[in-house]
Amino acid sequence: MAFVELTCISCPLGCPLRVETDDEGRVLSVTGNTCRRGEEYGRKEVTAPTRTVTSTVRLTGGGSPVVSVRTREDIPKGKIFDVMAAIRSASVAAPVHIGDVVIPDIAGTGVDLIATAEREAV
Amino acid sequence: MEHDIVIIGGGPAGLAAAIAAKEAGADDVLILEREKELGGILNQCIHNGFGLHTFKEELTGPEYAARYIEKARELKIPCLLSTTVVDLQREGGGVTVTSVSRQDGLLQTRTKAVILAMGCRERPRGALNIPGTRPAGIFSAGTAQRLVNLEGYMPGRRVVILGSGDIGLIMARRMTLEGAKVLCVAELQPYSGGLKRNIVQCLDDYGIPLKLSHTVVDIRGKERVSGVTIAKVGQDLKPIPGTEEEFECDTLLLSVGLLPENELSRAVGVDLAPVTGGPIVNESLETNIPGVFACGNVLHVHDLVDYVSQEAAQAGRNAAGYVLGRRASGGAGIPLVPAGAVRYTVPCTVDPARMDSEAVVRFRVGRNMRRAVVTLKAGDKELLRKKRPVMAPGEMEQLIIKRDWLTGSEGSLTLEAREEE
Repeated sequence: MAFVELTCISCPLGCPLRVETDDEGRVLSVTGNTCRRGEEYGRKEVTAPTRTVTSTVRLTGGGSPVVSVRTREDIPKGKIFDVMAAIRSASVAAPVHIGDVVIPDIAGTGVDLIATAEREAV
Repeated sequence: MEHDIVIIGGGPAGLAAAIAAKEAGADDVLILEREKELGGILNQCIHNGFGLHTFKEELTGPEYAARYIEKARELKIPCLLSTTVVDLQREGGGVTVTSVSRQDGLLQTRTKAVILAMGCRERPRGALNIPGTRPAGIFSAGTAQRLVNLEGYMPGRRVVILGSGDIGLIMARRMTLEGAKVLCVAELQPYSGGLKRNIVQCLDDYGIPLKLSHTVVDIRGKERVSGVTIAKVGQDLKPIPGTEEEFECDTLLLSVGLLPENELSRAVGVDLAPVTGGPIVNESLETNIPGVFACGNVLHVHDLVDYVSQEAAQAGRNAAGYVLGRRASGGAGIPLVPAGAVRYTVPCTVDPARMDSEAVVRFRVGRNMRRAVVTLKAGDKELLRKKRPVMAPGEMEQLIIKRDWLTGSEGSLTLEAREEE
C-alpha cells in the first residue's frame, strides 16, 4: 500500500487529497476531498494523469523566429519531455495558420501538435 | 481626423469594447494599438486555460485573441497599428487624442468618446528595494515570457523566481520545459497570489519548491547575476536573521504584481482610485470625464481574460449609447462602499436612473477566508446575502445589483465580506 498527497484543482477550494493505492497501483481510497469532482481528480491524477503541452516551434520565412504550438488534446503526463524533445528538433515554414498540424502523432502519443498563432509568409 | 469613439489599446479589452460598440450601433470606431499586431499581452501567453467561460473550451492566449481579431475584421473596424498615444486632452465637448507612429508621424484625432484599454504593466525591481548589485540577468516574468515565446530567446539557465503571481508560475514551467533549472519560487506572503491550478501544474508537476514567507535579501554578480540570497520573513514581512539561504543562479525573475497603466488617464484629468490604481468609474464604466470610459486591466487587474472581455463589452455598449445620445453622462449616483474584507469595488457608484435593469459589480477581498458571507446593504436594509465557502485575494468576485432593489434607496450601498459567525 502507498499514499499520494495531492492538491485538488477542480475548484478554488484546493482540498488536500490523500490517495491510497495497492501494490499494483490501483486506487483503494481518496480522502480529504469535499465533493465528487475531488475524488475523480484524485483517481485520475494517480492512475493516468494527462496534460496539454504548449510551447513554440522554430519558424522560417514568417518574420518572427518562432510560432506557438500546443498538443491538440491532453497527452500522458509522463510523455511531456518526449514531446518537448520532438518540438525542439522541429521547424516549420510560414505561412502557418491556427490549427495547422505541425507534428502529427507527436512522440507516439497519437495526438497532433498544432499551431496556435497566425504567421503569414513575408 | 474626427471619430465617434477612439479606443486606446488593441488587446483583449480594446477588441471586445470595439466589437460591442460597433454592434450597439456606433459606426465610427477606431482602435489605436502601439504594437505591430492586435491581441495585446495574449500574444505572448501561449499557455492554455483561456476562454473556458466565453467559449466553453480551453484555448491558448493567441487563439483567444484571434477570435476577437477575426470578429473585428468582419465588422471592418479600423485599427492603426504601431501607433502610440502620447496625450489626451479635453477640448470642447470631446477629447483630442495625440499619437505618434513611424508612418504618420504626429497625429491628432478628435473624438466624442474615448475607451481607455491600455492594460497594465509589471511592478519593476526599482519598486521592491532589493539590496545588492545591478547585474544583467534580472527580468520581470513578463519580459522573460516575451523573450522565450515571441523572440525565441532563453534569458537564462539557472533561475530563481521572486513572487508567486501567475506569470511567475507559468514561466517556472515554461523555462523548465525549455531546459532551464528553476531552483525555487520565493513568496513574501504566507500564501500565493497565483491560481491553485498553476501551483499544481507549473510547480508541483516539476518538483519546483514554493517557499512561502520568503524573500530575496541579496543579489550578487558583477556583469551577470551569479547568485541570490533568500531569507524567511516574520509576520512583519521583515527578513529573519540567520535564515539566509544561498542560491547559485544566472537569472532572477520578478513576478510581484501588476499596475494599471494610467499616465494617459491622468493627463486627461481622470480621477484614480488608490486601491486599484485604476479610474474611479460609475456603473456605465464611465470616469469623471464625460465620454471617457475604462475597461480591462487599466481599470483594475483581472485574473481571467474572460472577465476582461465581458467588462470591455459593457464599456463598448455604454460608449455607443453615449455617442448616440441614448445614455446620460455624469451625475452623482449612489456610492458603493467596501466594508469588512472587501478591498474595492468596480464600479464605485450606481445610478438607478441610468443603469440597465442589472449592473455587474466586481470586487476583491484582502485576505484568505473560509465560510465567508457577502452582504449588500442599503442603509440597514439587506439587499443580498451570499455564502461563499472560500474567498481569496487572488480570485476576483462578482455580483449583480438589480435596479428594482434600489427604488427609494438613498445614502449609500455597503458591500461587505466577513467570516460566518
